[in-house]
Amino acid sequence: MAKVLVFIDNPGTALKKSSLELLTLARTLGESVVALNGELHSDVSSTFAEYGVSTILRPSAQDLDDYLVAPKAAYLAAAAENTGATTVLLDNSPEGKEIAARLGIRLNAGVITDVVAVEADGTAHKSVLAGSYNTACKANTPVSVLTVKANNVVPEPAAAPGTPETVTVEVPAGSTAAAARITAREQKVASGRPDLTDARIVVAGGRGVDGDFGPVEELADALGAAVGASRAATDAGWISHDAQVGQTGKTVSPQLYISAGISGAIQQKAGMQTAKVIVAVNKDAESPVFEIADFGIVGDLFDVLPQATAEIKKRKG
Amino acid sequence: MKIIVLVKHVPDAQFDRHLTGERYTTDRDESILSELDEYALEAALQLAEARGGSKAGNQVIALSMGPAGAVNAVKKSLQMGATEGVHLTDEALAGSDAAATSLALAAAVQRLGQDGPVDLIITGMASTDGETSLVPAQLAERLGLPQVTFASSLDVDGGRLVARRDADTTSETVEAPLPAVVSVTDQINEPRYPNFKGIIAAKRKSITTLSLADIGVDAAQVGHSGSWTTVANAEERPPRTAGTIITDEGDAGIKLVDFLAAQKLL
Ligand SMILES: Cc1cc2nc3c(=O)[nH]c(=O)nc-3n(C[C@H](O)[C@H](O)[C@H](O)COP(=O)(O)OP(=O)(O)OC[C@H]3O[C@@H](n4cnc5c(N)ncnc54)[C@H](O)[C@@H]3O)c2cc1C
Repeated sequence: MAKVLVFIDNPGTALKKSSLELLTLARTLGESVVALNGELHSDVSSTFAEYGVSTILRPSAQDLDDYLVAPKAAYLAAAAENTGATTVLLDNSPEGKEIAARLGIRLNAGVITDVVAVEADGTAHKSVLAGSYNTACKANTPVSVLTVKANNVVPEPAAAPGTPETVTVEVPAGSTAAAARITAREQKVASGRPDLTDARIVVAGGRGVDGDFGPVEELADALGAAVGASRAATDAGWISHDAQVGQTGKTVSPQLYISAGISGAIQQKAGMQTAKVIVAVNKDAESPVFEIADFGIVGDLFDVLPQATAEIKKRKG
Repeated sequence: MKIIVLVKHVPDAQFDRHLTGERYTTDRDESILSELDEYALEAALQLAEARGGSKAGNQVIALSMGPAGAVNAVKKSLQMGATEGVHLTDEALAGSDAAATSLALAAAVQRLGQDGPVDLIITGMASTDGETSLVPAQLAERLGLPQVTFASSLDVDGGRLVARRDADTTSETVEAPLPAVVSVTDQINEPRYPNFKGIIAAKRKSITTLSLADIGVDAAQVGHSGSWTTVANAEERPPRTAGTIITDEGDAGIKLVDFLAAQKLL
């Protein structure tokens, strides 16, 4: 059976949902082998077993986290060569894509990013040109490297759990030589709200909030939603840059996107127009966001949002 | 310092963009210099200016790979202040994927390094057409260089660069020896507009045209034949259409909740 290598980077004490999705997808393509970086906690180890992983590979070097991607790509290339894997799956984070990029060159393998589904023959589906085309792509090389977007697979344990064996992979000597070194790392404070990229509902604010994200945050909390923002709002410093949705921010594809005080410039639409349902609240009836909204309200967000929040709380009791 | 900036000629996102032909390549009519590459160019110009500019021997070379029209991306870069322009163009390059593109660009960079070593290669964070962000890292891997991607600040001190990158949960400071490949985000600076002086000065600057033969790359290594991925099918998604639009008469918040309830989104 074809071997599918899944890269899992520093899972800590529990695997993320996106990692479980990769493991579920891997099983549909062949025998799953995990290339782990970082500690192997016992709970994580049993999850690997539940998800039918046959082998857990671990790097010979402990310092991969001190460098940007290059040594991780070297480790993964060695892991792919040792196991004879024909598909490598990584998450679609900026780092996942960069590792995939370097790995592709090392393995002479085609790389496909932003994948939302993979067929048994390796055909990968993704959307391009800011969501305006759905495409089917394929690597025409012996090995293919795919970075998979979160939220497109339902995580499911294997019918029969495995008993994975653990094997150490020699990280090629000298693979840190041409790598950038991380000299400082600051942890950011977590908001406690759902993660923007995989939230089911996103409430986003733009320049129209005029420095006050309160109404946006309150509506988000009533809906259990993540908070997003336009670039104008993040550039103004009203909210962290991590909240930016769009071409140079995050791409979101939620069930519901509520846009408040955002004009709907092309670069903003690029990040949200694949949302299932779009609601827009904007004072200006001419705003381009109304061209794509399923439900548009021409009105002041400082009136509409608090009223909606109060009504939701009332109905939810 | 000798800095190469990669500038791409991409379809203007303000208009509808299309894939054409049997192999679904991007239609490049109505193309412009990628906005994201303007940040790369600005970063290079600032580094050069901080070191005395072109008078002190600092070079900022704008390199674009693409069909005839791509020379416009080079011209705009010269108007913004790049000292030289290079246009890598060859029929055989059409349809190159990231792997083939990085192969050709790596060869072009090596060629430009023949008359003096290159210190830095700066790119935008992604092209606004392909949007994969693969090329900077692949170029670094092919050239055996360190890469710093998604830099939101960049400084060079002696033979080393120091950059900052922001991820969701962390913010990092990274250091690498030169030469290196750096891709920058739109957070790094505010790109300048070409001014009248720049536009006039650009007319006197030279643009070198390179073919595959000039960089020693075989046609079979690039284009569709040299690409490692193929697009088997592409379907245009129907554009979104506007739904119901109401004007707030004091109860729009309630109507919004009614709408969400009807859509089973509460
Ligand atoms: C290279 C590049 C990359 C970019 N990347 C991104 C990106 O990733 N994401 C992004 O968002 N943008 C991006 N932009 C910026 C984008 O072009 C727009 O400038 C930005 O999205 C505008 O944000 P905005 O809609 O909040 O502000 P504005 O365009 O100023 O719109 C504010 C809107 O709020 C409305 N409003 C004001 N007050 C109220 C009120 N009280 N109630 C209701 N409505 C109100 C106004 O009618 C207006 O429509 C990028 C630009 C470039 C050049």
